[in-house]
Amino acid sequence: MQTLLILAGTTGGVAVIVFLTQLITQLQAQIVDRVLGTQPHVVIRPLEEANRRAFDDPASTAVIEPRAQRLRSVDQWENVARLAAAMPGVTAVSPTVTGPAFAVRGQANKSVALMGIDAERYRRIVRMEEYMVAGRFAVDGTCAVIGSELAKDLGIRLEDKLRVALPNGRDELLQVGGIFDIGNKDLNRRWVFVTLPLAQSLLDLPGGVSNLDLTVADIFDAQAIAERLQGATGLTVDSWMQTNAQLLAALRNQTVSNNLIRSFVILIVALGIASVLVVSVVQKQKEIGILRAMGASRAMILQVFLIQGALVGAVGSIFGSLLAFGLLNMFSAIYRNADGSPLFAAELEPRFIVLAALVATGVGLASALIPARRAAKMDPVQAIRS
Amino acid sequence: MSDAVIELAGLTKSYNVGTPVETEVLHGIDLSLAQGEFAALIGPSGSGKSTLLNIIGLLERPTGGRLSIGGRDTAALSEAEITALRGRSIGFVFQFHHLLPAFSALENVMMPAIIARGAPDDEAEATALQLLDAVGLKAHAHKKPAELSGGQQQRVAIARALALRPRLILADEPTGNLDTHTADDIFALLREFNRQTDCACLIVTHDPRLAARCDRTVRLVDGRLAADC
Repeated sequence: MQTLLILAGTTGGVAVIVFLTQLITQLQAQIVDRVLGTQPHVVIRPLEEANRRAFDDPASTAVIEPRAQRLRSVDQWENVARLAAAMPGVTAVSPTVTGPAFAVRGQANKSVALMGIDAERYRRIVRMEEYMVAGRFAVDGTCAVIGSELAKDLGIRLEDKLRVALPNGRDELLQVGGIFDIGNKDLNRRWVFVTLPLAQSLLDLPGGVSNLDLTVADIFDAQAIAERLQGATGLTVDSWMQTNAQLLAALRNQTVSNNLIRSFVILIVALGIASVLVVSVVQKQKEIGILRAMGASRAMILQVFLIQGALVGAVGSIFGSLLAFGLLNMFSAIYRNADGSPLFAAELEPRFIVLAALVATGVGLASALIPARRAAKMDPVQAIRS
Repeated sequence: MSDAVIELAGLTKSYNVGTPVETEVLHGIDLSLAQGEFAALIGPSGSGKSTLLNIIGLLERPTGGRLSIGGRDTAALSEAEITALRGRSIGFVFQFHHLLPAFSALENVMMPAIIARGAPDDEAEATALQLLDAVGLKAHAHKKPAELSGGQQQRVAIARALALRPRLILADEPTGNLDTHTADDIFALLREFNRQTDCACLIVTHDPRLAARCDRTVRLVDGRLAADC
């Protein structure tokens, strides 16, 4: 009866741990995936311009005004791009020219970000083809790709014309060859993709690029790669981990609280197993005494209780994993995304089950230690008499 | 006596040693039991019979004096060696059968062999069945102790004590809670095994009628041997 109860407790504990771990891992992976779906992992930019004083005289009372940052090209960007591409862990490099512009149609005009790209290379940074709602993600000549919000705001359909005007007075008539919905209204309203040469000439950056976008193999290596690139090029190199520091902090905090919950659940399960075994040792005193009288050694008695603890943990982890699988199925059916697709997949990674089984068995063993030692130390005569 | 199964010389036992309430319960016992001997240990309650039996059965250690089992001095043996010696050469029959309630009669009888060898085997089962047959319980081999009568339980306990063919059987009031008829049966069974296997038996009893039927009667009064005849 007690064994059943504690088995139920262990099952619950394991289920909570496995379920939480799987859920949080999946959700975190999804959030990261969604955030990084629309931005490069690493961005290389030119250094910011700063005023330097010719004579650094501490007695001087001169006030240094910070400089306004012009749009500038990454110096020798072809070399930098080659260097970045050769860096281990970097899977794609895409040069981009980006600057402010107005999209004008009739009396309406909207402020947009002109993005000069090479469509083939940019696709490996942001999987644009997955976000297209009309047309294709391809830029060519004056053919452009715009977001769905901008299209709606300006009443543009595929093949329609659109004028972009720049603060420097240049303008160009574009034809819309594709409309995307990237899942972010702000970006859907602002991004206007054109060819690299067109953006270069419109933004007065002939032959230059304003930044290099990079994709890395392991997203959590991004910061290290960014630092290495910064060291090698002397340019400003930002990883997504810096630009999304808040998200990263949130993910870390979530992991910490998840670990906290897991630790407490493990502790409670361990205490449960230990207390049941302590009671069972007291109840089984007589049997322990009889076994000892028949020649069972202390080590044997110790083993019996240790095995019992380990078994409770092992069996509990099997039932717990099953329960967690059930919970995942249930919750993935209940919680759905705005578009009706499941928020997370009802699948359990085998490594979590193996890990849970190992941890639960270990915890069962560890919590059986004190009761088992008590049983082994028991004086057979006292045990039989009681 | 070279074939002595147990030999006690000046054996003493005290409880609470080193505290103000130290009490000596056995005051220098000299006793030996030869192979095949069938002896009764009698005496009023509180005279130290059970303590003496526990010490001979290696469940407790004496405070002083010498105890040899099968010619081996036990004083120098480690805890593990004591346990092994106990399992191998001594069979216990307790007043209350002390069978393991979770196991069948057969499994209970196999238990000493399982403990000694680490796992049940065919030989243990064959021996156990043979012993159950000998105590007349072959038909009840697969019943749990709770399904057996008091006399039957005690028979299973005797069969268990004999499982490893020990050289010494220690019985602590084996018939204490049985009616006279059943008690006679159990006693006869012990006697029969004693003759068959030539093991030494030391039986604690309150029943003078049974004591009279033993080869030898050792009387213990206030922790001393009062008579040995």
